[in-house]
Amino acid sequence: MIRMRVFLWVLVALAVALFALFAYQLSQPKNEFVQSAMIGEPVPPFDLPASVPDRPGLSSAHLADGRPKLLNVFASWCPPCRVEAPQLEQLERSGANIVGLAIRDRPEDTAAFLAAYGNPFSRIGRDDISEVQLSIGSSAAPETFVVDGRGIIRYQHIGEIRPEHVPVLLAELREAGA
Amino acid sequence: MKLGLVLPLLVALAAPAIAQDQLPPAPYAYRQIADPALEAKAQALMETLRCLKCQSQSIADSDAPLAGDMRHQVRSRIAAGEEPEAVRAWLVERYGDYVSYKPAMSASTWPLFAIPLVLLALVALILRRRLARAK
Repeated sequence: MIRMRVFLWVLVALAVALFALFAYQLSQPKNEFVQSAMIGEPVPPFDLPASVPDRPGLSSAHLADGRPKLLNVFASWCPPCRVEAPQLEQLERSGANIVGLAIRDRPEDTAAFLAAYGNPFSRIGRDDISEVQLSIGSSAAPETFVVDGRGIIRYQHIGEIRPEHVPVLLAELREAGA
Repeated sequence: MKLGLVLPLLVALAAPAIAQDQLPPAPYAYRQIADPALEAKAQALMETLRCLKCQSQSIADSDAPLAGDMRHQVRSRIAAGEEPEAVRAWLVERYGDYVSYKPAMSASTWPLFAIPLVLLALVALILRRRLARAK
């Protein structure tokens, strides 16, 4: 009889533990970020035309030219992309080679955006149907990838680059061989 | 007087509309594949792929531009002769299992499939012992 009673209390304890787990998980903020599964993988082959006249287009060959780079996924219609503009400028001044992927953006809008917020890019590829964005596992703008000299994706930063992220990205670039 | 109140509100409401691109949708975003059999294959697949922008919808249900671009990938690949599961694998390779709604058994999900079986076996065992004792 005692054994039966202990068994019942164990059941109650299990149920309480389960509900405590539910309560804890429900109170945690939801992680909306979708991490790319392409870290450690080479950038798939692509060749995008130029988006603005004063910068050449972008291809996967440029990303494997021996120099590590930051690949910034941006668009003129993306408000947080404006927020990170000063940080991109700071990264460029610190020696980072930044290339841009302009997502679903009319060239005239991209040009106006760059005129207003600065142009830290050495090349900008025009990705009108998000094809290259999808091929590297990026799901939103802005996102910033560290690509090493062999064209292998080494790191992904999701969301706008805030001032505290600048040293992190520079360190990741150094680690990638810059 | 009233305009002073309404105008900021209107501007605030219009803000999300500004965060919208001006380009037309990708060719296959809203156009079906000419071959109905292939379109049916694509449709079935799209209903089991997650829209990455509006994360609780499938790409078949979502009007987000990125969902349209994902439909374009699915339809153009299937129109080119790829098998639906190959297209799913292409996306899973990029976004992980999260992008697929199709339940898959893996190192982290096998307990979900195993636990109900274990519980059923346990119930059968207990019932058998009870019934044997009742006799």
